[in-house]
Amino acid sequence: MTPFTYHSPATLDEASALLLESPDARVIAGGMTLIPTLKQGLARVDRLIDLAGIEALYGIETRGNTLRIGAMTRHHDVATSPLVLARLPGLATLAKGIGDFQVRNRGTIGGSVANNDPAADYPAALLALGATVITNRRQIAAEAFFTGMFGTALEEGELIAAVAFPADIRCAYAKFANPVSGYAMAGTFVALAEGGVRVAVTGAGPGVFRSTLHEAALRERLHPDAARSVPLPEDGMISDFHATAAYRAHLVSVMTARALEELLS
Amino acid sequence: MSREPTSRVEIEVNGQIVAHDVPNRTLLVDFLRDVLDLTGTHTGCDTSQCGACTVHLDGIAIKSCTIFAVQAHDKVVTTIEGLDPDGRHPLQTCFQECHALQCGFCTPGMIMAAASLLNVVPEPDAEDVREALEGNLCRCTGYQPIVEAVLRASKELAQ
Repeated sequence: MTPFTYHSPATLDEASALLLESPDARVIAGGMTLIPTLKQGLARVDRLIDLAGIEALYGIETRGNTLRIGAMTRHHDVATSPLVLARLPGLATLAKGIGDFQVRNRGTIGGSVANNDPAADYPAALLALGATVITNRRQIAAEAFFTGMFGTALEEGELIAAVAFPADIRCAYAKFANPVSGYAMAGTFVALAEGGVRVAVTGAGPGVFRSTLHEAALRERLHPDAARSVPLPEDGMISDFHATAAYRAHLVSVMTARALEELLS
Repeated sequence: MSREPTSRVEIEVNGQIVAHDVPNRTLLVDFLRDVLDLTGTHTGCDTSQCGACTVHLDGIAIKSCTIFAVQAHDKVVTTIEGLDPDGRHPLQTCFQECHALQCGFCTPGMIMAAASLLNVVPEPDAEDVREALEGNLCRCTGYQPIVEAVLRASKELAQ
Protein backbone atom coordinates (compact mmCIF):
# COMPACT_ATOMS: atom_id res chain seq x y z
CA MET A 1 0.00 0.00 0.00
CA THR A 2 1.38 3.38 -0.98
CA PRO A 3 1.09 6.52 1.21
CA PHE A 4 -1.94 8.78 0.88
CA THR A 5 -3.39 11.93 2.36
CA TYR A 6 -6.57 11.59 4.42
CA HIS A 7 -9.60 13.85 4.22
CA SER A 8 -12.78 13.84 6.23
CA PRO A 9 -15.23 16.25 4.57
CA ALA A 10 -18.50 17.31 6.23
CA THR A 11 -20.61 17.49 3.08
CA LEU A 12 -21.05 15.47 -0.09
CA ASP A 13 -20.25 18.50 -2.25
CA GLU A 14 -16.94 18.94 -0.45
CA ALA A 15 -16.18 15.22 -0.93
CA SER A 16 -16.99 15.51 -4.63
CA ALA A 17 -14.69 18.53 -5.06
CA LEU A 18 -11.83 16.71 -3.32
CA LEU A 19 -12.43 13.67 -5.53
CA LEU A 20 -12.22 15.70 -8.73
CA GLU A 21 -8.90 17.28 -7.79
CA SER A 22 -6.84 14.11 -8.20
CA PRO A 23 -7.13 11.16 -10.59
CA ASP A 24 -5.95 8.76 -7.86
CA ALA A 25 -8.36 10.05 -5.21
CA ARG A 26 -10.81 7.50 -3.82
CA VAL A 27 -13.71 7.74 -1.43
CA ILE A 28 -14.04 5.26 1.41
CA ALA A 29 -17.37 4.25 2.94
CA GLY A 30 -17.14 1.09 5.05
CA GLY A 31 -13.92 0.08 3.32
CA MET A 32 -14.80 -3.62 3.26
CA THR A 33 -13.74 -3.90 -0.38
CA LEU A 34 -11.42 -0.92 -0.76
CA ILE A 35 -9.02 -1.74 2.09
CA PRO A 36 -8.44 -5.39 1.04
CA THR A 37 -8.01 -4.15 -2.54
CA LEU A 38 -5.40 -1.59 -1.46
CA LYS A 39 -3.59 -4.21 0.63
CA GLN A 40 -3.33 -6.49 -2.36
CA GLY A 41 -1.97 -3.67 -4.49
CA LEU A 42 -4.93 -3.97 -6.86
CA ALA A 43 -5.81 -0.31 -6.39
CA ARG A 44 -3.78 2.77 -5.69
CA VAL A 45 -4.88 5.85 -3.84
CA ASP A 46 -3.03 9.11 -3.25
CA ARG A 47 -5.91 10.82 -1.48
CA LEU A 48 -8.43 8.99 0.70
CA ILE A 49 -11.73 10.78 1.22
CA ASP A 50 -13.66 9.37 4.17
CA LEU A 51 -17.45 9.76 3.90
CA ALA A 52 -18.00 8.76 7.54
CA GLY A 53 -18.23 12.36 8.76
CA ILE A 54 -21.09 13.33 6.46
CA GLU A 55 -24.15 13.27 8.72
CA ALA A 56 -26.64 13.51 5.86
CA LEU A 57 -25.63 10.07 4.56
CA TYR A 58 -26.96 8.15 7.57
CA GLY A 59 -30.34 6.78 8.44
CA ILE A 60 -33.45 5.04 7.20
CA GLU A 61 -36.74 6.86 6.73
CA THR A 62 -40.04 6.55 4.91
CA ARG A 63 -41.40 9.23 2.65
CA GLY A 64 -44.87 8.19 1.53
CA ASN A 65 -44.47 4.86 -0.20
CA THR A 66 -40.70 5.14 -0.38
CA LEU A 67 -38.10 3.70 1.95
CA ARG A 68 -35.02 5.90 1.80
CA ILE A 69 -31.75 4.45 3.04
CA GLY A 70 -28.76 6.77 3.41
CA ALA A 71 -25.58 5.68 1.63
CA MET A 72 -23.54 5.27 4.84
CA THR A 73 -26.14 3.05 6.50
CA ARG A 74 -24.47 -0.19 7.56
CA HIS A 75 -25.76 -3.64 6.59
CA HIS A 76 -26.42 -4.39 10.26
CA ASP A 77 -28.67 -1.34 10.52
CA VAL A 78 -30.68 -2.36 7.46
CA ALA A 79 -30.97 -5.95 8.76
CA THR A 80 -32.32 -4.83 12.14
CA SER A 81 -34.27 -1.68 11.22
CA PRO A 82 -37.92 -1.90 12.39
CA LEU A 83 -38.87 0.17 9.32
CA VAL A 84 -37.21 -2.21 6.86
CA LEU A 85 -38.49 -5.28 8.73
CA ALA A 86 -42.03 -3.93 8.54
CA ARG A 87 -42.07 -2.57 4.99
CA LEU A 88 -39.49 -4.57 3.01
CA PRO A 89 -38.61 -7.64 5.08
CA GLY A 90 -36.96 -9.28 2.06
CA LEU A 91 -34.39 -6.47 2.05
CA ALA A 92 -33.66 -7.00 5.76
CA THR A 93 -33.08 -10.71 5.09
CA LEU A 94 -30.66 -9.85 2.30
CA ALA A 95 -28.69 -7.46 4.53
CA LYS A 96 -28.53 -10.05 7.32
CA GLY A 97 -26.79 -12.46 4.95
CA ILE A 98 -24.01 -10.16 3.70
CA GLY A 99 -20.45 -11.11 4.69
CA ASP A 100 -20.16 -11.82 8.40
CA PHE A 101 -21.09 -10.07 11.66
CA GLN A 102 -18.05 -7.76 11.72
CA VAL A 103 -18.36 -6.94 8.01
CA ARG A 104 -22.04 -6.05 8.45
CA ASN A 105 -20.96 -3.69 11.25
CA ARG A 106 -18.77 -1.70 8.83
CA GLY A 107 -20.01 -2.27 5.28
CA THR A 108 -22.54 0.17 3.83
CA ILE A 109 -25.31 0.04 1.25
CA GLY A 110 -23.80 2.97 -0.68
CA GLY A 111 -20.41 1.29 -0.87
CA SER A 112 -21.89 -1.98 -2.05
CA VAL A 113 -24.02 -0.31 -4.72
CA ALA A 114 -21.22 1.96 -5.97
CA ASN A 115 -18.78 -0.94 -6.19
CA ASN A 116 -21.26 -3.20 -8.05
CA ASP A 117 -19.31 -6.38 -7.43
CA PRO A 118 -20.81 -9.03 -9.72
CA ALA A 119 -21.50 -11.18 -6.64
CA ALA A 120 -22.73 -8.42 -4.31
CA ASP A 121 -26.20 -8.86 -2.83
CA TYR A 122 -27.69 -5.36 -2.86
CA PRO A 123 -27.68 -4.81 -6.65
CA ALA A 124 -30.18 -7.68 -7.03
CA ALA A 125 -32.59 -6.00 -4.60
CA LEU A 126 -32.28 -2.62 -6.32
CA LEU A 127 -32.93 -4.11 -9.74
CA ALA A 128 -35.84 -6.36 -8.74
CA LEU A 129 -37.56 -3.66 -6.68
CA GLY A 130 -36.98 -0.91 -9.24
CA ALA A 131 -35.14 1.26 -6.73
CA THR A 132 -33.69 4.70 -7.44
CA VAL A 133 -30.11 5.71 -6.72
CA ILE A 134 -29.95 9.29 -5.46
CA THR A 135 -26.62 11.00 -6.04
CA ASN A 136 -25.26 14.47 -5.32
CA ARG A 137 -26.40 15.41 -8.84
CA ARG A 138 -29.45 13.40 -9.92
CA GLN A 139 -31.66 10.36 -9.54
CA ILE A 140 -30.81 7.21 -11.48
CA ALA A 141 -33.14 4.24 -11.94
CA ALA A 142 -31.52 0.93 -10.98
CA GLU A 143 -32.07 -0.37 -14.54
CA ALA A 144 -29.78 2.37 -15.83
CA PHE A 145 -27.39 2.41 -12.88
CA PHE A 146 -25.75 -1.02 -13.10
CA THR A 147 -23.68 -1.36 -16.26
CA GLY A 148 -21.93 -4.72 -15.93
CA MET A 149 -19.06 -6.03 -13.83
CA PHE A 150 -18.01 -3.27 -11.38
CA GLY A 151 -19.58 -0.76 -13.77
CA THR A 152 -22.08 1.94 -12.80
CA ALA A 153 -23.59 5.06 -14.34
CA LEU A 154 -21.76 7.22 -11.79
CA GLU A 155 -19.74 9.97 -13.44
CA GLU A 156 -16.52 11.60 -12.29
CA GLY A 157 -17.08 13.21 -8.90
CA GLU A 158 -20.59 11.78 -8.61
CA LEU A 159 -21.38 10.18 -5.24
CA ILE A 160 -24.33 8.21 -3.90
CA ALA A 161 -26.36 10.01 -1.23
CA ALA A 162 -29.10 7.42 -0.71
CA VAL A 163 -31.09 4.61 -2.25
CA ALA A 164 -34.89 4.93 -2.48
CA PHE A 165 -36.91 1.70 -2.54
CA PRO A 166 -40.62 1.42 -3.21
CA ALA A 167 -41.99 0.06 0.09
CA ASP A 168 -44.60 -2.60 0.88
CA ILE A 169 -43.70 -4.82 -2.07
CA ARG A 170 -43.77 -8.53 -1.35
CA CYS A 171 -40.26 -9.74 -1.96
CA ALA A 172 -37.69 -12.34 -0.92
CA TYR A 173 -34.03 -13.14 -1.49
CA ALA A 174 -32.30 -16.50 -1.64
CA LYS A 175 -28.61 -17.06 -2.25
CA PHE A 176 -26.25 -19.95 -2.54
CA ALA A 177 -23.20 -18.52 -0.80
CA ASN A 178 -19.70 -19.65 -1.52
CA PRO A 179 -18.81 -21.46 1.71
CA VAL A 180 -15.42 -19.74 1.93
CA SER A 181 -16.06 -16.15 0.90
CA GLY A 182 -19.78 -15.90 1.63
CA TYR A 183 -20.27 -14.22 -1.74
CA ALA A 184 -23.23 -15.34 -3.84
CA MET A 185 -22.51 -18.05 -6.42
CA ALA A 186 -26.09 -17.31 -7.35
CA GLY A 187 -28.45 -14.99 -5.52
CA THR A 188 -31.98 -14.25 -6.65
CA PHE A 189 -34.24 -11.44 -5.52
CA VAL A 190 -37.89 -11.92 -6.41
CA ALA A 191 -40.35 -9.04 -6.12
CA LEU A 192 -44.08 -8.93 -6.80
CA ALA A 193 -44.02 -5.40 -8.14
CA GLU A 194 -46.95 -3.45 -9.57
CA GLY A 195 -46.04 -4.29 -13.15
CA GLY A 196 -45.70 -8.02 -12.37
CA VAL A 197 -43.10 -10.36 -10.96
CA ARG A 198 -39.47 -9.29 -11.26
CA VAL A 199 -36.48 -11.59 -10.83
CA ALA A 200 -32.97 -10.15 -10.45
CA VAL A 201 -29.89 -12.35 -10.30
CA THR A 202 -26.47 -11.70 -8.81
CA GLY A 203 -23.32 -13.82 -8.59
CA ALA A 204 -24.10 -16.02 -11.58
CA GLY A 205 -23.34 -13.64 -14.44
CA PRO A 206 -20.74 -10.93 -15.08
CA GLY A 207 -23.08 -8.41 -13.48
CA VAL A 208 -26.54 -8.24 -11.97
CA PHE A 209 -29.32 -8.98 -14.48
CA ARG A 210 -33.05 -9.63 -14.70
CA SER A 211 -33.95 -13.14 -15.70
CA THR A 212 -36.72 -12.59 -18.21
CA LEU A 213 -37.10 -16.34 -18.68
CA HIS A 214 -37.98 -16.78 -15.01
CA GLU A 215 -40.23 -13.73 -15.04
CA ALA A 216 -42.16 -15.13 -18.03
CA ALA A 217 -42.50 -18.55 -16.41
CA LEU A 218 -43.75 -17.02 -13.17
CA ARG A 219 -46.25 -14.82 -15.00
CA GLU A 220 -47.76 -18.04 -16.35
CA ARG A 221 -47.75 -19.74 -12.98
CA LEU A 222 -46.59 -18.14 -9.74
CA HIS A 223 -45.23 -21.29 -8.15
CA PRO A 224 -41.75 -22.45 -7.07
CA ASP A 225 -42.00 -25.44 -9.42
CA ALA A 226 -42.41 -23.08 -12.38
CA ALA A 227 -39.14 -21.35 -11.43
CA ARG A 228 -37.33 -24.60 -10.77
CA SER A 229 -38.05 -26.00 -14.21
CA VAL A 230 -36.78 -23.02 -16.20
CA PRO A 231 -33.76 -24.18 -18.23
CA LEU A 232 -31.61 -21.05 -18.05
CA PRO A 233 -28.95 -21.21 -20.79
CA GLU A 234 -25.41 -21.38 -19.48
CA ASP A 235 -24.24 -18.83 -22.06
CA GLY A 236 -23.25 -15.65 -20.25
CA MET A 237 -22.89 -17.32 -16.84
CA ILE A 238 -19.58 -17.14 -14.98
CA SER A 239 -17.41 -20.22 -14.99
CA ASP A 240 -14.51 -20.47 -12.53
CA PHE A 241 -12.92 -22.93 -10.11
CA HIS A 242 -15.89 -22.58 -7.76
CA ALA A 243 -18.53 -23.67 -10.25
CA THR A 244 -19.18 -24.20 -13.95
CA ALA A 245 -21.51 -21.99 -15.97
CA ALA A 246 -24.05 -24.83 -16.21
CA TYR A 247 -24.01 -25.29 -12.44
CA ARG A 248 -24.57 -21.59 -11.87
CA ALA A 249 -27.43 -21.52 -14.40
CA HIS A 250 -29.04 -24.39 -12.51
CA LEU A 251 -28.51 -22.60 -9.18
CA VAL A 252 -30.38 -19.55 -10.47
CA SER A 253 -33.55 -21.62 -11.00
CA VAL A 254 -33.20 -23.30 -7.61
CA MET A 255 -32.60 -19.99 -5.83
CA THR A 256 -35.55 -18.39 -7.63
CA ALA A 257 -37.74 -21.25 -6.46
CA ARG A 258 -36.46 -20.90 -2.88
CA ALA A 259 -37.04 -17.15 -2.86
CA LEU A 260 -40.56 -17.69 -4.16
CA GLU A 261 -41.26 -20.34 -1.51
CA GLU A 262 -40.22 -17.81 1.12
CA LEU A 263 -42.28 -15.07 -0.51
CA LEU A 264 -45.46 -17.16 -0.78
CA SER A 265 -45.22 -18.71 2.69
CA MET B 1 10.28 11.54 -1.90
CA SER B 2 8.23 13.85 0.29
CA ARG B 3 7.49 12.81 3.84
CA GLU B 4 4.73 10.29 4.32
CA PRO B 5 1.39 11.99 5.14
CA THR B 6 0.34 11.47 8.77
CA SER B 7 -2.63 12.38 10.91
CA ARG B 8 -3.10 13.12 14.58
CA VAL B 9 -5.18 10.23 15.86
CA GLU B 10 -6.98 10.53 19.18
CA ILE B 11 -8.81 7.43 20.36
CA GLU B 12 -10.25 6.31 23.66
CA VAL B 13 -8.69 2.87 24.02
CA ASN B 14 -9.79 0.74 26.98
CA GLY B 15 -10.90 3.81 28.87
CA GLN B 16 -7.81 5.94 28.24
CA ILE B 17 -7.46 8.66 25.65
CA VAL B 18 -4.38 8.12 23.51
CA ALA B 19 -3.04 10.54 20.91
CA HIS B 20 -0.36 9.81 18.30
CA ASP B 21 0.73 11.02 14.90
CA VAL B 22 0.61 8.03 12.57
CA PRO B 23 0.93 7.49 8.82
CA ASN B 24 -2.56 7.50 7.29
CA ARG B 25 -2.09 3.98 5.95
CA THR B 26 -1.59 2.56 9.45
CA LEU B 27 -4.20 -0.11 10.10
CA LEU B 28 -5.97 0.00 13.45
CA VAL B 29 -4.60 -3.44 14.37
CA ASP B 30 -1.02 -2.23 13.79
CA PHE B 31 -1.71 0.93 15.79
CA LEU B 32 -2.96 -1.18 18.71
CA ARG B 33 -0.13 -3.70 18.56
CA ASP B 34 2.89 -1.65 17.49
CA VAL B 35 2.15 1.82 18.86
CA LEU B 36 0.18 0.97 22.01
CA ASP B 37 1.77 -2.44 22.62
CA LEU B 38 -1.66 -4.03 23.06
CA THR B 39 -0.66 -7.38 21.58
CA GLY B 40 -3.75 -9.25 22.74
CA THR B 41 -5.34 -8.30 19.43
CA HIS B 42 -3.90 -10.68 16.84
CA THR B 43 -3.20 -10.35 13.15
CA GLY B 44 -4.18 -13.66 11.63
CA CYS B 45 -4.98 -13.64 7.94
CA ASP B 46 -4.77 -9.85 7.43
CA THR B 47 -7.47 -10.25 4.76
CA SER B 48 -10.66 -9.76 6.85
CA GLN B 49 -11.43 -13.47 6.88
CA CYS B 50 -10.30 -14.92 10.21
CA GLY B 51 -11.51 -12.42 12.81
CA ALA B 52 -8.49 -12.80 15.14
CA CYS B 53 -8.13 -8.99 15.06
CA THR B 54 -11.71 -8.32 16.24
CA VAL B 55 -12.08 -5.34 18.60
CA HIS B 56 -15.01 -3.11 19.52
CA LEU B 57 -15.42 0.26 17.84
CA ASP B 58 -18.00 2.32 19.73
CA GLY B 59 -19.17 -0.92 21.30
CA ILE B 60 -19.57 -3.10 18.22
CA ALA B 61 -17.33 -5.83 16.83
CA ILE B 62 -15.23 -4.95 13.80
CA LYS B 63 -12.10 -6.38 12.19
CA SER B 64 -9.24 -4.06 13.08
CA CYS B 65 -7.17 -5.24 10.09
CA THR B 66 -9.75 -3.68 7.78
CA ILE B 67 -9.95 -0.13 9.10
CA PHE B 68 -7.30 2.57 9.20
CA ALA B 69 -6.38 3.95 12.63
CA VAL B 70 -7.31 7.43 11.40
CA GLN B 71 -10.89 6.21 10.80
CA ALA B 72 -11.15 5.48 14.54
CA HIS B 73 -10.24 9.08 15.41
CA ASP B 74 -12.53 10.47 18.15
CA LYS B 75 -14.06 7.04 18.70
CA VAL B 76 -13.98 4.46 21.47
CA VAL B 77 -12.03 1.23 20.99
CA THR B 78 -12.09 -1.74 23.36
CA THR B 79 -9.61 -4.59 23.00
CA ILE B 80 -9.40 -7.92 24.84
CA GLU B 81 -7.20 -6.19 27.44
CA GLY B 82 -10.01 -3.77 28.21
CA LEU B 83 -12.85 -6.27 28.52
CA ASP B 84 -12.20 -6.92 32.21
CA PRO B 85 -9.44 -5.40 34.37
CA ASP B 86 -8.58 -8.79 35.87
CA GLY B 87 -9.06 -10.90 32.77
CA ARG B 88 -11.99 -12.62 34.51
CA HIS B 89 -14.90 -11.61 32.28
CA PRO B 90 -17.48 -14.44 32.22
CA LEU B 91 -16.60 -15.06 28.57
CA GLN B 92 -12.95 -15.48 29.53
CA THR B 93 -13.65 -17.86 32.44
CA CYS B 94 -16.23 -19.84 30.45
CA PHE B 95 -13.79 -20.25 27.55
CA GLN B 96 -11.35 -21.78 30.04
CA GLU B 97 -13.96 -23.98 31.70
CA CYS B 98 -15.43 -25.27 28.42
CA HIS B 99 -12.02 -25.88 26.81
CA ALA B 100 -13.04 -23.44 24.09
CA LEU B 101 -9.41 -22.81 23.15
CA GLN B 102 -6.39 -24.89 22.36
CA CYS B 103 -3.65 -22.80 20.74
CA GLY B 104 -5.47 -19.62 21.75
CA PHE B 105 -4.63 -17.58 18.67
CA CYS B 106 -8.23 -16.96 17.65
CA THR B 107 -9.51 -16.55 21.23
CA PRO B 108 -9.28 -12.76 21.68
CA GLY B 109 -11.22 -12.26 18.45
CA MET B 110 -13.76 -14.94 19.36
CA ILE B 111 -14.36 -13.36 22.75
CA MET B 112 -14.66 -9.81 21.41
CA ALA B 113 -17.13 -10.93 18.71
CA ALA B 114 -19.13 -12.90 21.30
CA ALA B 115 -19.12 -9.93 23.71
CA SER B 116 -20.52 -7.73 20.94
CA LEU B 117 -23.29 -10.26 20.31
CA LEU B 118 -24.18 -10.39 24.02
CA ASN B 119 -24.43 -6.59 24.07
CA VAL B 120 -27.31 -6.73 21.59
CA VAL B 121 -28.67 -10.26 22.17
CA PRO B 122 -28.19 -10.99 25.91
CA GLU B 123 -29.82 -14.43 25.74
CA PRO B 124 -28.77 -15.96 22.42
CA ASP B 125 -29.42 -19.52 21.30
CA ALA B 126 -26.74 -21.68 19.68
CA GLU B 127 -27.84 -20.53 16.22
CA ASP B 128 -27.38 -16.85 17.16
CA VAL B 129 -23.89 -17.63 18.48
CA ARG B 130 -22.86 -19.54 15.37
CA GLU B 131 -24.15 -16.70 13.17
CA ALA B 132 -22.29 -14.04 15.16
CA LEU B 133 -19.04 -16.03 15.06
CA GLU B 134 -19.26 -16.75 11.34
CA GLY B 135 -16.45 -14.27 10.74
CA ASN B 136 -14.09 -15.92 13.24
CA LEU B 137 -12.05 -18.95 12.29
CA CYS B 138 -10.68 -21.53 14.72
CA ARG B 139 -8.52 -24.38 13.48
CA CYS B 140 -8.30 -26.26 16.80
CA THR B 141 -11.57 -26.70 18.60
CA GLY B 142 -14.17 -27.59 15.98
CA TYR B 143 -16.25 -24.69 17.37
CA GLN B 144 -18.60 -26.75 19.55
CA PRO B 145 -16.90 -25.83 22.87
CA ILE B 146 -16.78 -22.19 21.79
CA VAL B 147 -20.54 -22.12 21.27
CA GLU B 148 -21.01 -23.82 24.66
CA ALA B 149 -18.73 -21.27 26.34
CA VAL B 150 -20.63 -18.31 24.91
CA LEU B 151 -23.99 -19.79 25.91
CA ARG B 152 -22.72 -20.47 29.44
CA ALA B 153 -21.30 -16.95 29.72
CA SER B 154 -24.60 -15.45 28.59
CA LYS B 155 -26.38 -17.28 31.44
CA GLU B 156 -23.80 -16.08 33.98
CA LEU B 157 -24.12 -12.51 32.76
CA ALA B 158 -27.92 -12.68 32.89
CA GLN B 159 -27.86 -13.66 36.57
